[in-house]
Amino acid sequence: MAIVETPAVSENELGELWEDAPGLPGFFSTVDHKRIGMRYIYTCFFFFFLAGLMALVMRAQLAQPDAKVVGPQLFNELFTMHGVTMIFLFNTPVLAGFGNYLIPLQIGTRDMAFPRLNAFSYWVFLLGGIFMYSSFLFGMPDGGWFGSSPLVGKTFSPGLNIDFWGLGIVFTGLSTTVGSMNFIVTIFKLRAPGMSLNRMPIFVWSMLVFSFMAIFAVPAVTLATGLNELDRLFGTSFFVPALGGSALLYQHLFWFWGHPEVYILFVPATGMISQIVPAFSGRPLSGYLWVAGSLVTVGFISFGVWVHHMFATGMPAVAMAFFSGVSLIITLPSGVQFFAWIATMWKGRVRLTTPMLFAIGFLLIFLLGGITGVMVAVLPFDWQVTDSYFVVAHLHYVLNGAVVFPIFGAIYYWMPKMTGRMLNEKLGKLSFWVMFVGFNITFFPMHILGFLGMPRRIYTYDNGLGWAGLNAMVSIGSAIFGLGTAITLFNWIWSRRRGVAAGDDPWDADSLEWSTTSPPPHYNFAAIPLVASRHPLWDQRPLPFAESGDEPETSGLGIEGAIERETPVTSGIDTRPEGNLQIPHETYLPFVVALGLSVLFVGLLVQAVAVGAAGVALAVVAAWWWAWRTEEDLAPPDVEADAPVRDDVPAGAPAGAGPEPGDGAG
Amino acid sequence: MGLVVALAAGCSGDPPSMLDARAGEARRIAGVWWLMFALATIVYVVVAAFIVVAVVRGRRETAGQKAGPERPSERGDGPKDDTFIWFGGIVAPVIILGVLAVVTVNTTGVLRKQQQGELRIQVVGKRWWWDVRYPEDRVTTAAEIHIPVGRPVDIELTSDNVIHSFWVPQLAGKLDTIPGQVNHLRLRATEAGAFRGECAEYCGIQHAHMSLVVIAEPPVDFDRWMIRRRGGAGLAPTSELAARGQVVFTREACAGCHTIRGTQATGTVGPDLSDFGSRRWIGSVTVANTAANLARWIADPESIKPGNLMPPTSLSSDDRDAIAAYLEGLK
Repeated sequence: MAIVETPAVSENELGELWEDAPGLPGFFSTVDHKRIGMRYIYTCFFFFFLAGLMALVMRAQLAQPDAKVVGPQLFNELFTMHGVTMIFLFNTPVLAGFGNYLIPLQIGTRDMAFPRLNAFSYWVFLLGGIFMYSSFLFGMPDGGWFGSSPLVGKTFSPGLNIDFWGLGIVFTGLSTTVGSMNFIVTIFKLRAPGMSLNRMPIFVWSMLVFSFMAIFAVPAVTLATGLNELDRLFGTSFFVPALGGSALLYQHLFWFWGHPEVYILFVPATGMISQIVPAFSGRPLSGYLWVAGSLVTVGFISFGVWVHHMFATGMPAVAMAFFSGVSLIITLPSGVQFFAWIATMWKGRVRLTTPMLFAIGFLLIFLLGGITGVMVAVLPFDWQVTDSYFVVAHLHYVLNGAVVFPIFGAIYYWMPKMTGRMLNEKLGKLSFWVMFVGFNITFFPMHILGFLGMPRRIYTYDNGLGWAGLNAMVSIGSAIFGLGTAITLFNWIWSRRRGVAAGDDPWDADSLEWSTTSPPPHYNFAAIPLVASRHPLWDQRPLPFAESGDEPETSGLGIEGAIERETPVTSGIDTRPEGNLQIPHETYLPFVVALGLSVLFVGLLVQAVAVGAAGVALAVVAAWWWAWRTEEDLAPPDVEADAPVRDDVPAGAPAGAGPEPGDGAG
Repeated sequence: MGLVVALAAGCSGDPPSMLDARAGEARRIAGVWWLMFALATIVYVVVAAFIVVAVVRGRRETAGQKAGPERPSERGDGPKDDTFIWFGGIVAPVIILGVLAVVTVNTTGVLRKQQQGELRIQVVGKRWWWDVRYPEDRVTTAAEIHIPVGRPVDIELTSDNVIHSFWVPQLAGKLDTIPGQVNHLRLRATEAGAFRGECAEYCGIQHAHMSLVVIAEPPVDFDRWMIRRRGGAGLAPTSELAARGQVVFTREACAGCHTIRGTQATGTVGPDLSDFGSRRWIGSVTVANTAANLARWIADPESIKPGNLMPPTSLSSDDRDAIAAYLEGLK
């Protein structure tokens, strides 16, 4: 394994080996993690703005007492779909989208470990979203995003509404699970030589924790909604009290996923912050091991707090006190992270770019969300505020403020890498300030409304209750917040065409994704970088790249690996080269399997055995073909023999050698 | 925040604020809140100050120096990184959380403890109203719960449909009504008054109009109310019109769902109407109990509370007026 600093390679010819077919065939068959990642991000933001519009309609209804903007049925559908969309169709998948795009680049490999599975998880997510939203034509789910048994049982919700929700959750859960497995294998087996565990970027750590948490948590929500669907479709009685079922069992199962889920969203968001804060403080993150340890600790502890969603269900005080205590303790790892960021800024030189503004906004918002989180862990206090607007305020401070703000920061931070163009900084800062002000006008007064006795999920309220003034303020704030997000949307569209060219590393950041062109070539790295530091781009100048060795273990490290469509496999802890992984060619199979599954779910929904069976048949045949055709797919491409290797074009350096700016989007 | 709460409370209406406590239970929780509020304010101000100083400090030093990352980038001056993390992330939170843990355990122990001489009240969450029974006195009413000031009350909460949550912020925290389970909410009102409550667990289309009122009265007044209810006073029609109303009520569909003590109306689907005339509200505290509202309600409940389970009636307006007169006379 020799080390050369500029591996010689013809970018154009390499690119052709990795390129997808143009047009629709390539669109449906791509397995490129970057196209899939971008696709996730685009799809998620479509759902984000949809959910935002629903929120604005709700706020129009609640802006004054006894308003008649929407009726109770539509209002209940709106808050259900707002929550479902934000949790299942925005926050979770958008983080998976960033993970998809960034992890292979950050760990220095050429794609995900299972590229076809990656495509599959996107298609399942997309079709699951379409499945849930097709309810728009028939009556949308109206049981609240987390449902409540027996309300979501057949007796009290006989329509199809709830089935769209229940089956949709089971379906999209599949996407999260396979995606998480893909992340775990990718992170453990495909890291560039030298990137030992303690040199991984914190975002990679956070996605690793995300993935493990998702794998252990998602089965619980699949059980909760799946058993409920069995009750509804096949007449079982898991959650039907009248037939000996247990209503509380549903809540236990749901929240056994539901609370880890909060941290499943929060952990990668803090991972993003841990990339952005050091980059714009111009120094490494303080307490790297503390932060990585905190993420892992949160992952474990978050499985022991779910009952704090059920403090008002009348469980024995001793049992609840345990969960109350654990809910207090889980604050500690977050506090550690918080002060690691403060120390980083304190001892660094802060540049107030847009991503950094979003990070600081996140700190100020999450500080309050964390404090109210401690408050609701205090059992007696929770009895007053749970299911009131205080909790609506708290959950938006953590899930909107502490997850959406980092995601917006990440958009401004990584968009230049993804598209090759900078977002406009002036518009970005304007967007931040409008969002930050709008956010606090919207959600801060909700704390007070909770104190004043306003329960969650009411479609209207009486004038005499004294809630009108604050509700009007909240509604105005929500419009301001919406405007702030629209500025970023506009900025994105504008900058895709007219943004300043970004260059490889516009922020002087430290991690490997900034060593490639912007946007990165299809194969990410012609030769795999050799890592000797936690901050390769700061400490290793110039960054060394590997050359292929003669041994099978090292043959894929250099440009020869890229020509063979291979990426090196390394040992999980100390990243010794172990062999090569063939990157499969583009294929329709993941799409077809996902399509077959969605036909199955439609069959379940309308209770048509033939449709369900057709879906199963399609999925099984395609999956069989997928497995059976693997050998053939992995055959090295014909071009290999005569792939010319030119010495005169250095890698990465020449502008225009990679894809043009603005070409990176799926 | 406390100031804002006070302002909001003073300005518009009279919100049922959990900080405007009128029972020992709510008062204790409000006490916990004010302790946490003080701690939270200190924590927020101190940590936010750290953030601001960290940002400004770094900005100031940028002036005159070359921007961009330092490599290998460890600066010697100032406190060590670990110092921040140890004190900010571990020591200070552990102290505060320790205080809160003690407060939690203490307060939880005191609240919901069984007491001597409790008045038992059974409350069943319905869609979307509250069925209220005093088992010892065999009295049934709906959505308006009378309790004596100063006497401990044990509210037994359950449901025969979906889950609801019983919440009267000025008196106590909330507790769910869950089918197949009885929960005990214990409280003791310390002041007289009518305290508004809401269903706090989303329970379907009319969750928003599933309100209730707890009327805390001096024991003398409460006993008078109870004696009147228990003895079945005020059940006889008070006028000719009302007498006709009783006939219509029993003859038509009304009696299939509603009970009026001492008559053939023994339905159990809708609320017991035996003391309807003495109630302040219609439709589980949706609109004021006036003759006009009642007539509207009888004719088309949908126009007041869309999606509620009472079907519209096809009575003549004369019959409606007769029923209204009868019901308003049940005091």
